[in-house]
Amino acid sequence: MRTNYDVIIIGSGIVGSLTARYLSAYDINILVVEKESDVGMNTSSANSAIIHSGYDPAPNTLKAAMNSLGNRLWHTLAPELGIAFKESGSYVVAIGAGELPVLRGLYERGIANSIPGLKIINKAEFLTREPLINPDVSGALWAPTAAVIDPFGAVLAAAENAVVNGAEYLFETEFTGFISGGDKITGIKTTRGDFSCKWVVNSAGIHSGEIAKKAGTRKDFIITPRKGSYLVFDPVKLSINNVLFPVPTDKGKGTLVSTTTHGNVMIGPNNEPCENMDDSATTRAGVEEVLKGAKKLVPSIDQKNVIAMYAGIRASGNAGRDFVIDIPVEIKGLVNLCGIESPGFASAPAIALKVVELLKSAGFELKEKPGWIPVRKPAPHLHTLSLKERAELTAKNPAYGRIVCRCEEITEGEIIDAMRSPVPARTYDGIKRRTWLGTGRCQGSFDMPRVIQIMAREMGIPETEVTKKGGGSEIVFRKTKEVPAR
Amino acid sequence: MKKIYDVVVIGAGPAGLSAAIEAKKSGAGDVLIIERNNEPGGILLQCIHNGFGSVIFKKDLPGPAYAWNFIEQARSLNVEMVFDTMVVDITGGRKIYASNSVEGFIELDAKAIVLAMGCRERTRAQIMAPGDRPAGVFTAGMVQRLVNIEGYMPGKNFVILGSGDIGMIMARRLTLEGAKVIKIIELLPYLTGLRRNYVQCLQDFGIPLELSTTIKRITGKKRVEAVETVGVDETLTPIAGTERVIACDSLILSVGLVPENELSRKAGVVLDPLTLGPVVDETMATNVPGIFAAGNVVTIYDLVDYVSMAGATAGISAAKFAAGAPVSPPAFTLTPGDGVRTVMPQKITGLSGPDASVLVELRASREFAGRVSVNILEDENIVYSHVEKYARPAEMITLKINWNETAKKLSNNKSGLKVNIAKI
Repeated sequence: MRTNYDVIIIGSGIVGSLTARYLSAYDINILVVEKESDVGMNTSSANSAIIHSGYDPAPNTLKAAMNSLGNRLWHTLAPELGIAFKESGSYVVAIGAGELPVLRGLYERGIANSIPGLKIINKAEFLTREPLINPDVSGALWAPTAAVIDPFGAVLAAAENAVVNGAEYLFETEFTGFISGGDKITGIKTTRGDFSCKWVVNSAGIHSGEIAKKAGTRKDFIITPRKGSYLVFDPVKLSINNVLFPVPTDKGKGTLVSTTTHGNVMIGPNNEPCENMDDSATTRAGVEEVLKGAKKLVPSIDQKNVIAMYAGIRASGNAGRDFVIDIPVEIKGLVNLCGIESPGFASAPAIALKVVELLKSAGFELKEKPGWIPVRKPAPHLHTLSLKERAELTAKNPAYGRIVCRCEEITEGEIIDAMRSPVPARTYDGIKRRTWLGTGRCQGSFDMPRVIQIMAREMGIPETEVTKKGGGSEIVFRKTKEVPAR
Repeated sequence: MKKIYDVVVIGAGPAGLSAAIEAKKSGAGDVLIIERNNEPGGILLQCIHNGFGSVIFKKDLPGPAYAWNFIEQARSLNVEMVFDTMVVDITGGRKIYASNSVEGFIELDAKAIVLAMGCRERTRAQIMAPGDRPAGVFTAGMVQRLVNIEGYMPGKNFVILGSGDIGMIMARRLTLEGAKVIKIIELLPYLTGLRRNYVQCLQDFGIPLELSTTIKRITGKKRVEAVETVGVDETLTPIAGTERVIACDSLILSVGLVPENELSRKAGVVLDPLTLGPVVDETMATNVPGIFAAGNVVTIYDLVDYVSMAGATAGISAAKFAAGAPVSPPAFTLTPGDGVRTVMPQKITGLSGPDASVLVELRASREFAGRVSVNILEDENIVYSHVEKYARPAEMITLKINWNETAKKLSNNKSGLKVNIAKI
């Protein structure tokens, strides 16, 4: 493969992958390096999955500008890239008379940020919209432009679209240092060798601070990772009509109650310190805090119906609680995208377009590529189709008839699609994230042995080399009757 | 495959096979079993240990051998079976939608349906085991399939959470395959599986069991590296200072089974919040006319023999319904009283057959060390009583009741009956 690119992007999260996608419209060579085994494995796939409307960031910050533009962009980008996206709107719900004045403050901040459609609604009306809400509700702030997104699906869509348009991705490839000549970065070192380039985009999420520092930039910038836990519920046991936020505190937007694009109620996050940069372990205290927070809004939430739990890490920086999106003055050839915490996902398309703009204004020649394909058609999800459509697809491809995951009804055909897509799944978790396999109430205990077989066959490897999430996470390690000699 | 069947059975495990066999024997013409696995037998196929058939065959058989008796019978009776086929929807009008890679999308009608989908295992999230999410966390049944059917070892050093039967049986199996089972821990202050499995699978192999202990944290980025255990008090609350870190590469969860009723729900079948299975009468009829249920889909059994018997009852009832026999509405309800956690059937017609024999399966809600009487009560009046040497939540109690005899003792003309367990 080539070792010489125009732009190298470090990190394949939503910011890195959308940057690759927008840059793929130009006649340049793009490489995305990712230390994990798949796109968007950290913050981008473990977050609240909300495209915030933009009332929350302080006016005149980058966060405010990126959020409101990003929100507008998502409403057309999501259908263009075939991303599961629900124009749900959101509520901030005041519980008790004491919280009611906070709604007014948020409303006014939203007006300052030019957020359309905000409205404060009264208790009686809100009770009809969300019957399960805490009866002490005193009012709610309605933000109609907020939306719910499939976060991993969005990263994947951006990455696939970038790849279809010529960008390259390298996984399990860790950035180890910059190569520079004089006052300019000329490439990067990685665990898979050196690559030269004209520009580096630092979109490394929680590690973006360390990388900025390695380039001799942003010396005072520190990311203090904070984790947030999420719980996902059995859709048969709990359903909620709306996206519900509590009133925010100085610690953040608080624990929300929402319904994912897949139809599961999801609650979270809390806000707790990490033991290290990669600590995304859930804790008993954290899980209890999330339950308590969510029960403040919906008292009937019952932990018995939880089917999955996980934590994500926020890339919280110390730059006045704002995003860092700039070309540093200390060295040429670098764009820093640091401290992209909430509302990072909502802001991501605006940040990616800002990168294009920054590169142009720095004199980098970006010539539009003829034949750029902006649209992506996602692989079919059979359980979302009508019985007639399923029958038609199955008639064309019998693998769509063999259901491998009983709870989510995911077929062998969908697994094969995931393994043959432009950014192919190469791990069990990669298939899970792409197809929803194993995400139901049995959490993969039925499908896993079958999926291991399919993966081994498709990849042409023995079952013992099939992994959950990349090298070192093998699932089975030898055949039975091969007892090692003592 | 045909478009209309007299009886369609969902699941070719022990309940489903028996149901199909008895439906055929009772005169049903076209009987079909739809099975999602690629062969009949259900979970018995991966239960290669012995201990099956003591009631029906008076023999100590391995699971596949027990299953084979029924598979052969079903085949010789020309029960139609379709494999690798998943039912995705059932309507209250007994229309069935299924899918496979040969016929594609399948739509058919059944005059009667027997639900025999079995159960699934409780998972990590349901017990709120926090920590990292590496490879190496398995349910016991999944490990059983990987080892016994697929022929792969999923780890070298195991900790097992939960003293249920599958966990103990897998502890022995993994040890025999050369793995190290470090210990089994159990949240409750007592063993939750059968005592004979404790003796034969743990004691005989020197595998320690630690009661009143749970998992505080799972550690490992890629593969499990360690689990942190913690002791719990009588209220099951962790006791600070009792944490211990155990290095291992695998954690097996054997923390209970849940009847699998997503299809039942779609068909409008009413579920019991205690058993988590359909509310049935002694003919195994659900509330939806023509839909019957049997086996672990109804309530979690200890012994497969009783699953087969319930399947047989359901099959006979389904054949009768398909032939147009009138439906007898239930006359009585059975609900758990003191000392009882679950009871099945929840309803009784009292009209089944000349001997009116009714099998009642129940579980105690707590441990009773000494002799107990298991009673059926009409108000305070005991209408049936049966003595057991002890009662434990882990061991199902089966009552064989001659309902004609019992009904004679009913005086107050009440339809609501209770089952209790009392110390003697």
